Amino acid sequence: MPTVSVKQELLFQALGRRYTDEEFDELCFEFGLELDEITSEKDIISKEQGDGKAEGASDIILYKIDVPANRYDLLCLEGLVRGLQVFKERIKAPRYKRIMPANGDVQRLIITEETAQVRPHAVAAVLRNITFSKDRYDSFIDLQEKLHQNICRKRALVAIGTHDLDTISGPFTYTARPPSEIRFKPLNQSKEYTASEILDLYRTDSQLKHYLHIIENKPLYPVIYDSNGVVLSMPPIINGDHTKISINTRNVFVECTATDITKAKIVLDILVTMFSEYCEKQFIVEAAEVTYLNGKTCIYPELAYRKEKVKPDLINKKIGISETPSSLAKLLTRMCLKSHVTGNGNNIEIEIPPTRADIIHACDIIEDAAIAYGYNNIQMTIPKTYTIANQFPLNKLTELLRQDLAAAGFTEALTFALCSQEDIADKLGVDICSTKAVHIANPKTAEFQVARTSLLPGLLKTIAANKKMPLPLKLFEISDIVVKDSTKDVGARNQRNLCAIYYNKNPGFEFIHGLLDRVMQLLSVPPSKESGYLIKAAEDSAFFPGRCAEILAKGQSIGKLGVLHPDVITKFELTMPCSALEIKIEPFL
Amino acid sequence: MGANYPSLPACCVALMPSSEALGTEHCQRQDTGPPVRSPQVIEAEQRSSKRWELTPEGQEIVQEGSHEARVFDSIPAEGLPQSELMKLPSGKVGFSKAMSNKWVRLDKNADGGPRIFRAVESVRDSVREKLQLVQQGEAESLEEKDRNELKKRKLLMEVVIKTYWIRKGSAFSTTVTKQETDLTPEMIASGSWRDLKFKAYNFAALGIMPESGHLHPLLKVRTQFRQIFLEMGFTEMPTNNFIESSFWNFDALFQPQQHPARDQHDTFFLQDPAEATDFPMDYLKRVKKIHSQGGYGSQGYKYDWKLAEARKNILRTHTTAVSARMLYRLAQQKFAPAKYFSIDRVFRNETLDATHLAEFHQIEGVVADYGLTLGDLMGTLREFFTKLGISQLRFKPAYNPYTEPSMEVFSYHQGLQKWVEVGNSGVFRPEMLLPMGLPEGVSVIAWGLSLERPTMIKYGINNIRELVGHKVNLQMVYDGPLCRLDA
Repeated sequence: MPTVSVKQELLFQALGRRYTDEEFDELCFEFGLELDEITSEKDIISKEQGDGKAEGASDIILYKIDVPANRYDLLCLEGLVRGLQVFKERIKAPRYKRIMPANGDVQRLIITEETAQVRPHAVAAVLRNITFSKDRYDSFIDLQEKLHQNICRKRALVAIGTHDLDTISGPFTYTARPPSEIRFKPLNQSKEYTASEILDLYRTDSQLKHYLHIIENKPLYPVIYDSNGVVLSMPPIINGDHTKISINTRNVFVECTATDITKAKIVLDILVTMFSEYCEKQFIVEAAEVTYLNGKTCIYPELAYRKEKVKPDLINKKIGISETPSSLAKLLTRMCLKSHVTGNGNNIEIEIPPTRADIIHACDIIEDAAIAYGYNNIQMTIPKTYTIANQFPLNKLTELLRQDLAAAGFTEALTFALCSQEDIADKLGVDICSTKAVHIANPKTAEFQVARTSLLPGLLKTIAANKKMPLPLKLFEISDIVVKDSTKDVGARNQRNLCAIYYNKNPGFEFIHGLLDRVMQLLSVPPSKESGYLIKAAEDSAFFPGRCAEILAKGQSIGKLGVLHPDVITKFELTMPCSALEIKIEPFL
Repeated sequence: MGANYPSLPACCVALMPSSEALGTEHCQRQDTGPPVRSPQVIEAEQRSSKRWELTPEGQEIVQEGSHEARVFDSIPAEGLPQSELMKLPSGKVGFSKAMSNKWVRLDKNADGGPRIFRAVESVRDSVREKLQLVQQGEAESLEEKDRNELKKRKLLMEVVIKTYWIRKGSAFSTTVTKQETDLTPEMIASGSWRDLKFKAYNFAALGIMPESGHLHPLLKVRTQFRQIFLEMGFTEMPTNNFIESSFWNFDALFQPQQHPARDQHDTFFLQDPAEATDFPMDYLKRVKKIHSQGGYGSQGYKYDWKLAEARKNILRTHTTAVSARMLYRLAQQKFAPAKYFSIDRVFRNETLDATHLAEFHQIEGVVADYGLTLGDLMGTLREFFTKLGISQLRFKPAYNPYTEPSMEVFSYHQGLQKWVEVGNSGVFRPEMLLPMGLPEGVSVIAWGLSLERPTMIKYGINNIRELVGHKVNLQMVYDGPLCRLDA
């Protein structure tokens, strides 16, 4: 969930009133936001770097507000205020409009063929006669960063570039060139570099290093030039220094390059709808023309308003309220979804503005009606759905066995399903290749290399962590292990195992053997060669030679028991003899 | 019975303290045999008093005068070289005290080295006077600060005297009868118990814990949650498949392929077996269409949906993957209302801290029926949470990729004095349900929460590793109470 940080003072100024922290928290809650933290730059710095560093930092109060991940229109102060003011019916939602420049001289961006392999899409627009201030400028930069981190998927899907239009002259060309042929002065640098040098330059940059991989291994890097060969940007890495905007910039050229055209359009719409507020003609955006390689021409930003019709009855039924059509239309209008009743009250026509790309289905509209109505005003009801409950048989058996294993004097452990290869292989004296273990591709540490193929390592580690406890230690666990199984759609399956260990100054094989007898008694399986269970000598690297037996029941081998091998005991950092039992329980269902 | 015994004076034989205190209470667990305490033949009461006494050095000063006075007295009119003065028994201590009292002065430039002279005609030795008062038993007449000063100089000490006052006890006797510790089969057979005296039990001691095994606290809570769902008529889902395909975990839930949850940083992907091989192909085509083009009244996400991405195997990130399989299965039959639940492990490749592990248990409830409302979801949640002993609930609008409307559930925590999030819930999106083939009018409401969080709050555990995994504190498991969520 993205967090937007806004100055309390600016927020209240824009909202036209003050709130206590509690009141503002309440308003956020109702609207689906979360006032996450009240802080200041000074607090943040002293928390992150220590009190000394915070000296002189601003102590202006900041509100950190959590915004739902699909509400890109709330990612800046401008949008938050607009959303809340409309919600509180203090203003009407603005109407965003795209116009062609008065002199007919539209800014043009030409996309060349070479971009197809690396980053095929681009969209553009112009914010004409904008007035920035320090706060507005900061917010403009912040919003781009928030969009980059969220919908743009860390610039992989979309990258935004904003330029001082008065420093460049169109038409602009979006192309892709070999890195050695691209040469320009990157933003805030003092000299020119080639594209390859730029990548090296930013390899240690805490922010930009995360984006290098997007183009690094491509033969051609994307780049935008103006008609004089000035580099606007090398997306998605860095803009040129030449075109950089400042708080004095009056005309901004916005370009978004993308691998996902839908998202590029959304990003452009959000950026221009939010900041056209500060243009001479409020909420009016100047169009730009984008020409594709096939000659197709598109005008951006789209700023499309879409109309949907939803039956009032459906809204009421889905929420569980009974509001009149006109009151539902009013609720929706408060969510920036301008609505009115049509067709003799049988329908509500809803206009979806370009800021609400999250509205993709009637259910999204219904949710907004419910939010405006107030979730906590909805009458709670109990569904009349009549059903008979059933337990999952395997879990039912597990629950029954757990109770009786505890009654038999064994204590239940709960160990991790993920572990290291070493735990299930080396430490038990087997080769990892001979296990049917499922391997994880991206573990951050060795603890998450594989899914366990046995419960035994987890129990041994539990004892190792509890060596101070009085002996004997008697533990059990009934839980799932995972093994590869090519007959399953995903190529693996869980298996429910029962494992128990006895750890004491003597091996206590008779106790573990006795526990097996008790478990079989509980499962009504008699000791018998034909229809019951029996154990017979076996060899297993985890067990001491001659002290291991295989357990046969239900016509199959269900597991083993025995005295653990001293090497196993040592490798799990234990010192006492230990016997163990591990069986699968699914055959007893 | 006391009348037959010679009497002790009504009160008091005072005994000086012995090394062992009498009559201490036992509170340790009994190691062997029942807790027995002798009957009270005599009763002892401990008393203590304080007294000030002179230290040996203090006594010496009473005899000889204070060190500083002795130094003063030993200096002749013509003074004394400092080196000689320091050789006197009271030299060192006396000199510095006499200097600070300004009784003597030091001439560093005198012939033959530094020399000490008397600075006043005569002195009054108040230290000696004060100590004399103490010796006469009049320590109380000294001011507190003087006493402390003298104590600091190790001239005085405070002596605590413990005495025991002994009087006849309730079972006072001058004859010694051997008391029996406990009843034996022989006594019962012979009836001798009638004439015997038995030592009293010490009921303040704890008993011996029975030998037993113990269930794990988190799983005791799991049992209670299972019970609650069963009481509410929910059927348990088969969640015994930790390995899931991205298709069922994400795509089936209408979670787009570029969603951050599908990132390497959040999800464990599998190297082996890396891909799922078998999908219901008709359904998969409908899922592809809803993502890439929309349909069923939805705009869709309009991106290039890739089968390769859906094939990728992962450790499931939520049990909702199983709910998706169950709802798909439900859609393949003639529709009948269903209530499902599960409590099982899920996995996240996240940064670990005191409250987050890479695996945890998710609790999930799902109801599928015609015409379910948001009010029904809230009512169901109210019933569910009431059974957990949580009555004050409120709901916050939220965003989940696969539910709309979505609501976070908050409950008022009396201890923390604030609203805390206790679960997440919503109505499954039509883009998830309709491609499965569920009838149009069917709504599916669902909610989820973690098993660990309420358990940690319930038992006041701050570090999740003490509860889950091999680093568990077994003593905590041994000592755990019953799990009664609504108590």
